[in-house]
Amino acid sequence: MYVRHLQVTDFRSWAHADVAFEPGPSVLVGANGQGKTNLVEALGYVATLGSHRVATDAPLVRHGASRAIVRTAVVNAGRELLVELEVTPGRSNRARVNRAPVPRPRDVLGILRTVLFAPEDLALVRGDPGERRGFLDELLVLRAPRFAGVRGDYERVLKQRSALLKSAGVARRAGRRGGEGTGEAGDIRTLDVWDGHLARHGAELLAARLDLVADLAPHVGAAYAGVAPESRPASIAYRSSLGGALPEGYGQPGGPRADVATLEAALLDELGRVRPQELERGVCLVGPHRDELDLVLGEAPAKGYASHGESWSFALALRLGSFELLRADGAEPVLVLDDVFAELDRRRRRSLAGVALGAEQVLVTAAVPEDVPEELVGARYEVRDGEVRRV
Amino acid sequence: MYEGPVQDLIDELGRLPGIGPKSAQRIAFHLLAAEPADVTRLQEVLQRVKEGVRFCDVCGNVSEEERCRICRDARRDPTVVCVVEEPKDVLAVERTREFKGRYHVLGGALDPLSGVGPDQLRIRELLARIGSEDVREVILATDPNTEGEATATYLVRMLRDFPGLSVTRLASGLPMGGDLEFADELTLGRALSGRRAV
Repeated sequence: MYVRHLQVTDFRSWAHADVAFEPGPSVLVGANGQGKTNLVEALGYVATLGSHRVATDAPLVRHGASRAIVRTAVVNAGRELLVELEVTPGRSNRARVNRAPVPRPRDVLGILRTVLFAPEDLALVRGDPGERRGFLDELLVLRAPRFAGVRGDYERVLKQRSALLKSAGVARRAGRRGGEGTGEAGDIRTLDVWDGHLARHGAELLAARLDLVADLAPHVGAAYAGVAPESRPASIAYRSSLGGALPEGYGQPGGPRADVATLEAALLDELGRVRPQELERGVCLVGPHRDELDLVLGEAPAKGYASHGESWSFALALRLGSFELLRADGAEPVLVLDDVFAELDRRRRRSLAGVALGAEQVLVTAAVPEDVPEELVGARYEVRDGEVRRV
Repeated sequence: MYEGPVQDLIDELGRLPGIGPKSAQRIAFHLLAAEPADVTRLQEVLQRVKEGVRFCDVCGNVSEEERCRICRDARRDPTVVCVVEEPKDVLAVERTREFKGRYHVLGGALDPLSGVGPDQLRIRELLARIGSEDVREVILATDPNTEGEATATYLVRMLRDFPGLSVTRLASGLPMGGDLEFADELTLGRALSGRRAV
């Protein structure tokens, strides 16, 4: 898969930009603030319908403009598809594929697959568990777009159930003080219903994440060894809020595939067990939203124990591992390296270049051209004063 | 900000569902420029709807009398009851002309975020109705979204203790005249798991 052409209008700092790409490595060079990252961000948006830098769409539209347009031609196995996205903050986006409108923007997911590595990824190692769950879910959607819907359903049920727990907790405390406890009875009766729905959607998401981690772990370990051969070995493991109730071997390479029905039953059991605590605290304590992806270096957790360089290498290994996994699935993604070479020492730059060269297409941004290893200097583009020029 | 009554009108219109500030302003100025007779007619209709329209004692649908047109109709089969969320859903099912039974309007779906629990819905009335009338089948026709599905599950739990009562759920799956290739994965997945022998 490769991006043949990218055109943006009123996207971030760009009033208009038009770039033709080729397979193989392409390097975008320009001083800080010229808009290099904005261009690769536009590609990331087509691939994930989200940005790796901001959570909402509003900052994606150029200041003063009402909407942004991203148009890109993607070649996959010799077949070219033209994807157009119109981003209007506060309203739903519109999408067209080969000039024909599609009913929902999420129908374009899967046409372009990118694996993007950027300075923000340091948060994957140092940030909250939510960052790592987000990483897993995003990869899940890249592998099977269906999971965008599964995750949406789960989050909706979770919100409803949390609201119910809060109101039931309040009613319960009021009842204990001798007030009329009528509200609580109704809440408790429906809590069973929401438990059932939470377990069903949660089990589907959990099973998919466990299988994903089992498939991804060997690739991450290998990628880390490739990037930082002198360091301790790196590994990842899924830690479920089910704890000991999680069947043996789930989420481990070579272990059994996760069974949705088994997990649903386990989640239901666990929900029943922690219900008094949940009512007490008014929060939902069990489910994939409380899970964590453990990153381990040698014997110690990476978070807090890893050096700056090791954290960087780990974040990079997670991305490169994702890249290799998608590749092993048979879909060659576009590799995007946004401003990362400046942070790596010479050796790591070299090993990263080695991996990147194997990709069908790799897009690199850099402020200083000397940071990019020689092997990766293929097509070179200069980004300056609102223009992209091939040099 | 406009002066006095005009801004009041815009604010009031803006509170209606589906009407944003721009539309509210547009409607307000349309009313301002309209013939007095037109405005009076609108005023009268609004008043009549609030004073004259009530909810059917039996099914909860909008009605002009104590019981609605469908509940009064002796030709409708009283043994089958279709449970829907809103009066507008009754109209949707009626348009099919397939359904000859009666309705029960819940007045919404379980939605803890908005503070709607079973006591805010007409569930107690439904149970009383099934207990006293000769109902043999209940069709759950709540929306196929998170809240509607939860409501349906809850009703199944409440209804399974009635002997001899069959409870069914509307099938979910592919739209007629659609193409398989354009169906999203969720719909197609549902259609697959809900397939029937032919």
